[in-house]
Amino acid sequence: MLETMTLETLKSDHDRCAELVHKRIIVCAGTGCTANGSMAVHDEFVRQLEAHGQKALVVLDKPEPGYQVSGSGCQGFCQMGPLVSILPEGLMYCKVRQQDVAEIVRESVLGENCVERLAYKCPDSGCTCKHMDDIPFYHRQSRFVLRMCGFLDPEDLAEYIAQGGYFAARKAATESTPEQICATVLESGLRGRGGGGFPAGRKWEMARIQDSPKKYIVCNGDEGDPGAFMDRSVMEGNPHSVLEGMILAALGIGADEGYIYVRAEYPLAVARMKRAVRDATEAGILGESLFGTGRRMTMTVIEGAGAFVCGEETALLSSIEGNRGMPTPKPPFPAQKGLFDCPTIINNVETLATVPLIFRLGAEGFRAIGIPSSPGTKTFALTGHVANTGLIEVPMGTTLRHIIEDIAGGVTDDHGALCGTDFKAVQIGGPSGGCLVQEHLELPLDFDSLKKAGAMVGSGGLVVMNRSTCMVEIARFFMQFTQNESCGKCVPCREGTRQMLALLNDIVEGRATLETLSLLEEVAEMVQIGSLCALGKTAPNPVLSTLRYFREEYLAHVVDKRCPAGKCAALRTFSIDEEKCIGCGLCRRKCPVGAIEGSPKKPHRIDGEKCIRCGACLDSCKFAAISA
Amino acid sequence: MENLRNFEQVCAILKEHDHNPNRLIAILQAVQEVYRYLPEEAMTFIATSLGIPPAKVFGVASFYAHFTLEPKGRYVLKICDGTACHVKKSTEIEEALRKHLGLSSQNPTTPDMLFTLETVSCLGTCGLAPALVINDEVHGLLSPQSALALVQEIQDREAAVHA
Amino acid sequence: MKRQTLKIDNTPVSFGEERNLLEVIRKAHIELPTFCYHSEMSIYGACRLCMVEVEGMGMVPACSTLPAEGMVVRTTSEQIRKLRKMVIELLLASHVGDCPSCSKGPSCQLQKLGQRLGVDKVRFPQSRTPVRIDLSSPSLLRDPNKCVLCGDCVRMCNEIQTVGAIDFAYRGSKSTVMPCFGKDLGEVECVNCGQCARVCPTGALVPRPNIDEVWKALHDSSRTVVAQVAPAVRVALGEAFGLEPGTITTGRIVAALRRMGFDRVYDTSFTADLTILEEAEEFLARKKEGQNLPQFTSCCPAWVKFTEQYYPEYLGHLSTCSSPQQMMGALCKASLKKLQNIPAEKIVMVSIMPCTAKKYEARRPEHSRGDEPDVDLVLTTQELILMIKESGLVFNQLEQESFDMPFGFTTGGGVIFGNSGGVTEAVLRYAAEKITGRKDSNYIFKAARGQEGLREFSLTVEETQLSVAVASGLGNAREVIRRIQSGEKHYDLVEVMACPGGCMNGGGQPISSDADYKAKRTCGLYDNDKMLQLHKPQENPYIAEAYEKFLQKPGSHLAHELLHTTYSPKRRTSGFAPEPEQEEGQLEISICFGTSCFLRGAQQLYSGINAFLAEQGAKAQVSINATFCYERCDRGPVVKIGEEVLEHCTLDQARAAILQHLAGRKAEVQI
Repeated sequence: MLETMTLETLKSDHDRCAELVHKRIIVCAGTGCTANGSMAVHDEFVRQLEAHGQKALVVLDKPEPGYQVSGSGCQGFCQMGPLVSILPEGLMYCKVRQQDVAEIVRESVLGENCVERLAYKCPDSGCTCKHMDDIPFYHRQSRFVLRMCGFLDPEDLAEYIAQGGYFAARKAATESTPEQICATVLESGLRGRGGGGFPAGRKWEMARIQDSPKKYIVCNGDEGDPGAFMDRSVMEGNPHSVLEGMILAALGIGADEGYIYVRAEYPLAVARMKRAVRDATEAGILGESLFGTGRRMTMTVIEGAGAFVCGEETALLSSIEGNRGMPTPKPPFPAQKGLFDCPTIINNVETLATVPLIFRLGAEGFRAIGIPSSPGTKTFALTGHVANTGLIEVPMGTTLRHIIEDIAGGVTDDHGALCGTDFKAVQIGGPSGGCLVQEHLELPLDFDSLKKAGAMVGSGGLVVMNRSTCMVEIARFFMQFTQNESCGKCVPCREGTRQMLALLNDIVEGRATLETLSLLEEVAEMVQIGSLCALGKTAPNPVLSTLRYFREEYLAHVVDKRCPAGKCAALRTFSIDEEKCIGCGLCRRKCPVGAIEGSPKKPHRIDGEKCIRCGACLDSCKFAAISA
Repeated sequence: MENLRNFEQVCAILKEHDHNPNRLIAILQAVQEVYRYLPEEAMTFIATSLGIPPAKVFGVASFYAHFTLEPKGRYVLKICDGTACHVKKSTEIEEALRKHLGLSSQNPTTPDMLFTLETVSCLGTCGLAPALVINDEVHGLLSPQSALALVQEIQDREAAVHA
Repeated sequence: MKRQTLKIDNTPVSFGEERNLLEVIRKAHIELPTFCYHSEMSIYGACRLCMVEVEGMGMVPACSTLPAEGMVVRTTSEQIRKLRKMVIELLLASHVGDCPSCSKGPSCQLQKLGQRLGVDKVRFPQSRTPVRIDLSSPSLLRDPNKCVLCGDCVRMCNEIQTVGAIDFAYRGSKSTVMPCFGKDLGEVECVNCGQCARVCPTGALVPRPNIDEVWKALHDSSRTVVAQVAPAVRVALGEAFGLEPGTITTGRIVAALRRMGFDRVYDTSFTADLTILEEAEEFLARKKEGQNLPQFTSCCPAWVKFTEQYYPEYLGHLSTCSSPQQMMGALCKASLKKLQNIPAEKIVMVSIMPCTAKKYEARRPEHSRGDEPDVDLVLTTQELILMIKESGLVFNQLEQESFDMPFGFTTGGGVIFGNSGGVTEAVLRYAAEKITGRKDSNYIFKAARGQEGLREFSLTVEETQLSVAVASGLGNAREVIRRIQSGEKHYDLVEVMACPGGCMNGGGQPISSDADYKAKRTCGLYDNDKMLQLHKPQENPYIAEAYEKFLQKPGSHLAHELLHTTYSPKRRTSGFAPEPEQEEGQLEISICFGTSCFLRGAQQLYSGINAFLAEQGAKAQVSINATFCYERCDRGPVVKIGEEVLEHCTLDQARAAILQHLAGRKAEVQI
């Protein structure tokens, strides 16, 4: 098919269409913005333009003048969504509602003005940021893998090609040997973004040298860490970059078939990846003749069925084969004996999406980004107690301080207000990661430095926590997660996490002794060394790292039966500040067990014996007189 | 409700997947779409036609969180309890909804088969924490009150239809 | 392959083709603890007890690590000790702790390892919520409260037996090994072979005990309790009393049984000889007629149920001979009145078997006359051991005694039944003489013997070419049938024993810790054959006498009635919800979707009928349902239209029947 329709003609056709576009309106169509109603905003733009007698171009398939209205993948700043950008000016509007569209069309699309009330306002400086690049959240990042997610129409293959997509893969398919492809990736120093940071080139090389007529490439899109959504955004925002990376990987190892395993909680990512495969196949990029070279290359999207452990590569392969997603011992490694017993490489979405960029920049160019031991950028899902949450991308080796203070805009209190000094910890890498504290603020975030600090990049979830967070409770939360997601195969993980959770419950519920603590540490160590797969081996990390940095908090729970953050309900003691209490009696009426006494207009008192620590009084007091 | 012993659609699904046992998960997903859960009869039939033991089909179906072995309500409410949502008090939303609907973890579906309440580990919409999904539609930045309002809206709508 | 060397605990050890480090370490006489490693099954890597330290690699599981030249391995260290103890401690915390009363007794691996590794305290609270014990199977007792989830039973059932009656369900700490949909073992396709119980390290799967019933019968003075002892029991029972596997303890078993109060002690090998006469005659007749070949042996009840469930079309190939156990039961109950004036209703027939499936076999309705089963109770070797211990008998000091006559005399042919290939060899000892018409001094057919799970050979006896397959392990049986079905192979005789290596390795045998126990038991039976005076079943004088006095001749009417049986297709799972109620006045059509019907085109038929109904506009008048198994699998596809059952149903037949029924209904309505 590509004999008649080459990438060049697709590109020039698209360019011809794009030249005639007066302005382009991009409405973020990521999961977050869609949930906030961005599709209605998108449709309203079309209606409004048509009402003004203008041509609204939803698909760029023939050259005609008009205004292009397109969706994009996740732009990362989900809390401000729905996000709308106007090109070429680069205006960005936040929290756009359907009823705002008429004004935007009038002022910024047909006119040249900015609707200031919809522009981002910097919470600390208070200044209005009209353009995307003015927003500190964006301009302090280095968006590399995510760059295209912001404005590419993820459902438009031609646009990806017009931006230079698939040229690297075609060049590799027609001009390079597998050895050369693997060498380029090895030289680039690319390390797997999915967890451990294993050099991608070494993995590929291991699969390449296997003598087998059939090999597979698998894209791991089973991003399950609670608090991480980088891969989802890439699949939703730039699915073709993932496919191109897979093609390059397949060429590098000599595979002709690929699977993209996407987590079932990501229906939009599933739909976009399926669409991308279909479009690329119809265009003759994939299919029986890869880029017209006559070699076969097929890709299939597989939808997961809800098991975190399938993020582990051998479990993922079991799942593709239609089995329970239980990991198998390594060796044999998937690169030797993987899917259907054939050599297989599994890379995660972000890793694969980085690959085409390496081929465009060259290994040298890629190494120039980040630091020598961890080249390139890393995306992080930034959440928790910070002003700006969302998806960010920074060069490897960026400091934690830069991320929290500059990009995230600082730590907030429980009500979302900025409070500069309240930083307590960052949980990095989800349930398999660890926490970082004050002393790590200058720590460069890269694979090796984090490992040294007892944490890991993991999938890249970054949860910032303020002083009101109880670290024991956080450790318990993660343990509950892994315990729930353990596949149940090996003893240390199945039984060990169950007992660790029980011990942590004892601690937060005031039943623990010092023996509980030492037993917890002993089990944690055994689960770490004894488990079969990465899920189990890393499951104790949150416990071990909080024990390392917040031991006194554990001791407070165990010895003093006190939760310093006041979060553990069973350990709270409620008291009424006589100075503040005006004796309104609301708390007395709310108390379900009659533990509060006091006469009207006189300070009340809580009977500690009767109190069941439900916290109803605390929530009811309008004068902040009750503390826990 | 589909007739449990009428396998016409199941046959079509199996055919679409070439009766390939490696496609078991996809087959179960499609069959669950039909019945909204996985009836024993359908799983036995799938086992027969794929030539694998029914215990294996059950093993797979009970392993993955997305499969349900009991009929679910027409509206499935999934409360995200990922880290971001947890830190932003998703448990309070869960408790409020449970109380409102009279449900518990052992008993996740309302007797009128209208609602099923579940928690999921992470929806990846952490920017919108805390989040709730109602039949694939994501609702973010919720409070217990706004979550209750969403459910009440459905209840009112359903009541209107029946009246 | 060149021998290579590595170092284990400072000692150089050479290795060759061992498939993993664990086997190298065990060869070096270090008993690395494991739950989930069995050399005959796939590597699972779940128990983590075999973790060792390898220089440069850290802690690795020995079961899934390849040995390499120059490797430096340590099998104990502070961490390894701590880990092993922790694993046991964690397992004990979720294991119901009724060890003193558990029938697994001292062969429990969990108990053994706990003691061996010095786990003196469980610091965790008991974390298991008790669940019901599954007593539905006549052969096996399943107690999930004792399961350590090592998966040995699951892999045995799936990989070796290809039955897959049990599998893991749910996940994480809710993981359970169970039959499909949480049904009971007695409701599913379990063939009762008991190999799961053989590999189970704990008491989660054990032979279903019948000890109490046997004691009760022994203590009832109004009954005559007759024992029969299967050949394989005699080479394994001694293991429980410290004897080497393969030690022949026949005389002491007989003595023990008498002390316990059995009134008669007979030898199942006697009816094994009898089986040979009947089965070999049947075989020669089929060979002559060229019908129903290959003939399948039928002494293994697990294999019989397997055939009934999976290959109903081959039921005609099974020898119609009952197994030696059932022949003994039928023979005793039918003849002891005449021979020894013991009326059948007073007899309690107790068989002592290496096998759990025999418990199921004894309960098959085909083996009862009226309400009276031919065999009343079946004990496994394990249970007999427990009874001997309970009696306080010092087994090794017992004076040897002989079986009672007339059913206590055997030739070697009846003894080797306990080995895979033994039935074949015994048949050949008979058939060869029968074909040549000459007595031959040779009685050994080496070709029938061997360790492999699937063996094929042919031999020529004068003009007659005989092609034979010997399979043990049901996966191998499946392969034999595949070869027959594909036309790849033609056989005259196929011997199948469900347990790998034959009955000597049955699910009811004592659990051995000797790595070579199978070879030793096998050898014990062949030695026993050598030691006996006679080797060919046809030379057994008591068999001749039994025919003379009672059975007339092989294949006679009475012999048929007592010694032969029938088979019928069996559904694999039962216990479904009742079929849906059809609406008033609807014609009910049910189409069987069991495997056999499915393979014979039930699905096409189903679609065809649906299309036909749509075409006729008759969908509303009909309720069409899939159903599971009318147990007429050999006559599928089976369709039930109204009350009419159509076998070998074609679409045309179904259409005609539907039209007829609908017309009939219309007529009824008009009247």
